[in-house]
Amino acid sequence: MNAHAEEHFAGSNKLFTSVWVVLVVLTLVEILLAYKTMPIHIMLTILLGLSIIKAALIVAYFMHLKFERLSLILTLVPMLVICICLLFVFFPDSFRSSGLRYKFQESAPVAPAPAEEQ
Amino acid sequence: MSTEARAGHFPAVDWNGGTFPYRVGHRKLGMWLFIISDSLTFSALLMGYAYLRASNNWPTPFPFYPSIVFSSVMTFCLLSSSLTMVFGVSASSKGDKSKARLWILATIFFGVAFIVLHLIEWSHLLEEGLRPFYLPEHWAKVFTLADGTPPTALFGATFFAITGLHMFHVATGAVYLLIVAARVKKLKHEDIEISGLYWHFVDLVWMFVFPLIYIMSVDMHGALGH
Repeated sequence: MNAHAEEHFAGSNKLFTSVWVVLVVLTLVEILLAYKTMPIHIMLTILLGLSIIKAALIVAYFMHLKFERLSLILTLVPMLVICICLLFVFFPDSFRSSGLRYKFQESAPVAPAPAEEQ
Repeated sequence: MSTEARAGHFPAVDWNGGTFPYRVGHRKLGMWLFIISDSLTFSALLMGYAYLRASNNWPTPFPFYPSIVFSSVMTFCLLSSSLTMVFGVSASSKGDKSKARLWILATIFFGVAFIVLHLIEWSHLLEEGLRPFYLPEHWAKVFTLADGTPPTALFGATFFAITGLHMFHVATGAVYLLIVAARVKKLKHEDIEISGLYWHFVDLVWMFVFPLIYIMSVDMHGALGH
């Protein structure tokens, strides 16, 4: 570590521009996917996969995490991933309650008609 | 003396009482921890959305124009704003603060463009009659299933809550960057880098909101007659 290390910001503008190009291309792929007919779980898997790739590119290059110390990466990333995975614990309940919600509902969920003035 | 330079004077083992185990200043570490907690906020919101979506008859009402066109251009704006931000941080690391200021102003421009486009997109939906707890009447009719299950009104609630919170983050970021741009000559390089971290995080969140909210809810078969 030398005294100038703080001012050093690794990565050239050319590298950042190519990351940006990849991000734009992946976004275009997502928009194309929107108009492909496929089962919803396959679509969801592909879209989330693309999003995770995009997020990883942003974190690694734009947020510069790739050039930080390994100790910082190991502190931040696994903790976040585990916490997000824990949120999946709710999903069995979601599938259970699927279709139960509107059994007793008679009217469509639209705004009630304004009361007529007498 | 800079944090990094001081860190160099304490070459202790990182996990054994090292003074700067991460080799980043405390402000930068603080921003990283804030980003982690904020990403958990958004994860929880998106999980709640996925939960409701899996357990309800969910309408898929977004037409190619205006919704998908607007949201795609908005995505492009945010991605470009991240690029200009990283150019700004890069210029600042070379000591070129005036150039850094120009790049940060360009970032703010893209951020404001995002907000304006998003508000126009919101106004389209509001005009159609979408509200946080009500659907437009023609949506309710079109998306009712054969067995009579109506689409859920929570569509509006999740849509406005998630995109609204994200828009709030963009607006906050624009104000933050405006302050950074005004004081750029007084700030250290690390402080500019920290503001960049926040901005990229806002961009990152949109990378999940855009496919999950917009792409997954496209009106593919023109059910609403757009």
